[in-house]
Amino acid sequence: MAAEETIQLEIAGLQKKFGDDVILDGVDLTVRKGEVVVILGSSGCGKSTLLRCINGLEPIDGGSILIDGEAITPGAKNLTRLRQKIGMVFQSYDLFPHKNILDNVTLAPIKVQKRTKEDARTEAEQLLLRVGLWEKRKAYPRELSGGQKQRVAIVRALCVNPEIMLFDEVTAALDPEMVREVLDVMLELAQGGMTMLIVTHEMGFARAVADRIVFLDEGKILENLPAEEFFTHPRTQRAKDFLQTFEFNKQ
Amino acid sequence: MQASGINVLFLGRNFARLIEGLWVTMRISLLAVLLSIPLGILLGMFMTLRHPLAKAVSRVYLEFVRIMPQLVLLFIAYFGVTRAFGWNWSADFSAVLVFTLWGTAEMGDLVRGALQSIPKHQYDSAAALGMTKWQTFAHIILPQTLRRLLPPTINLTTRMIKTTSLVVLIGITEVLKVGKQIIDVNRFAYPTASLWVYGAVFILYFLACWPISLLARTLEKRWR
Repeated sequence: MAAEETIQLEIAGLQKKFGDDVILDGVDLTVRKGEVVVILGSSGCGKSTLLRCINGLEPIDGGSILIDGEAITPGAKNLTRLRQKIGMVFQSYDLFPHKNILDNVTLAPIKVQKRTKEDARTEAEQLLLRVGLWEKRKAYPRELSGGQKQRVAIVRALCVNPEIMLFDEVTAALDPEMVREVLDVMLELAQGGMTMLIVTHEMGFARAVADRIVFLDEGKILENLPAEEFFTHPRTQRAKDFLQTFEFNKQ
Repeated sequence: MQASGINVLFLGRNFARLIEGLWVTMRISLLAVLLSIPLGILLGMFMTLRHPLAKAVSRVYLEFVRIMPQLVLLFIAYFGVTRAFGWNWSADFSAVLVFTLWGTAEMGDLVRGALQSIPKHQYDSAAALGMTKWQTFAHIILPQTLRRLLPPTINLTTRMIKTTSLVVLIGITEVLKVGKQIIDVNRFAYPTASLWVYGAVFILYFLACWPISLLARTLEKRWR
């Protein structure tokens, strides 16, 4: 899991507002190739917005986001090309309901990357096999459970061969018994050397998967530490309070 | 003699004339439907634009065409326009024009509703995969919209077929008018003619609309 030196993602002075509300206030973050960064913070701290800014789903109000040295700018011509370097999985398992699983995951490789059907299909089937859903390739999303849909969504993002994967609270809408199967897939990806940026509320998972924890509060990065250090010796009171909320002690 | 009343349908060319009348109805309504669907899709897309002018224009058009009874629109197109501008539109043309205007308005509103019912995260996930706006529309939004549109569009089509019976009032001899003529001619020989003729017209309308409903049900099943 050792990160290489190549910088994959570089965010500097990122500003984002919704009307008068400042959502992100001068965020600086560098992610190296192969690194797994988990973003923690209470609801409304700007975690999801940060991920949405990274692949240009939200216009930004200041600062810069560079992927492999190229700036992400919503509306710019190179955006669709840059987005192929970024895979994103959302909280709402948002597969395309009118397409079967195989068509869902091969749509972008065929239409966006102009790869041949056979080529796209071969890769898709291999990935589906890896997440244990090859048997479901002809099924439609409505026939799958939440956890299965979310695993398909991960495969769909992987099929464009991204260099970095963004996960936005992908287990938050799942029944508890389905969370595990999704997290296992992510853990395997992390071990395979994928660069990942994960927003989650699963503390145990965060600790297991992360190289580094970024703690976000009111749009600012308060802590940016190696995972173990964050969980054992958080520096700020806010982070201590945050971690406290996940602990239960018998009175 | 009640039982012999049915014979009125097969006197001379009566039945053939009823079928011809039905064809007049179907020709006008299907032509209007075929024009309304693509125009309505365009209007519906136009209506989802956030531009205030686009909103205002489509709003006015929609309300005007919907609030006005179709009969009034027919009269305006057939009689009013001739008087005002001296354009001599044929009754058929006026009918197709009016039903297309009406169908486009109704269809546009259906399309707008269907487009807006597609969840925002469908757009987001398509964008996140690197799809352009056009690719997203063609592969993700449009197919889902069409599926949602099918039942209300069929409903609109059958409504349009039925409403075409109004064209008799601008002098087009469609199925109802033919029926009326047959009844008038045979009033004394067949006192019960009206029951049989209107009964036949009812069945003809049913036969015209039923296959459309069947087709819709088949498509719905296949697309489910």
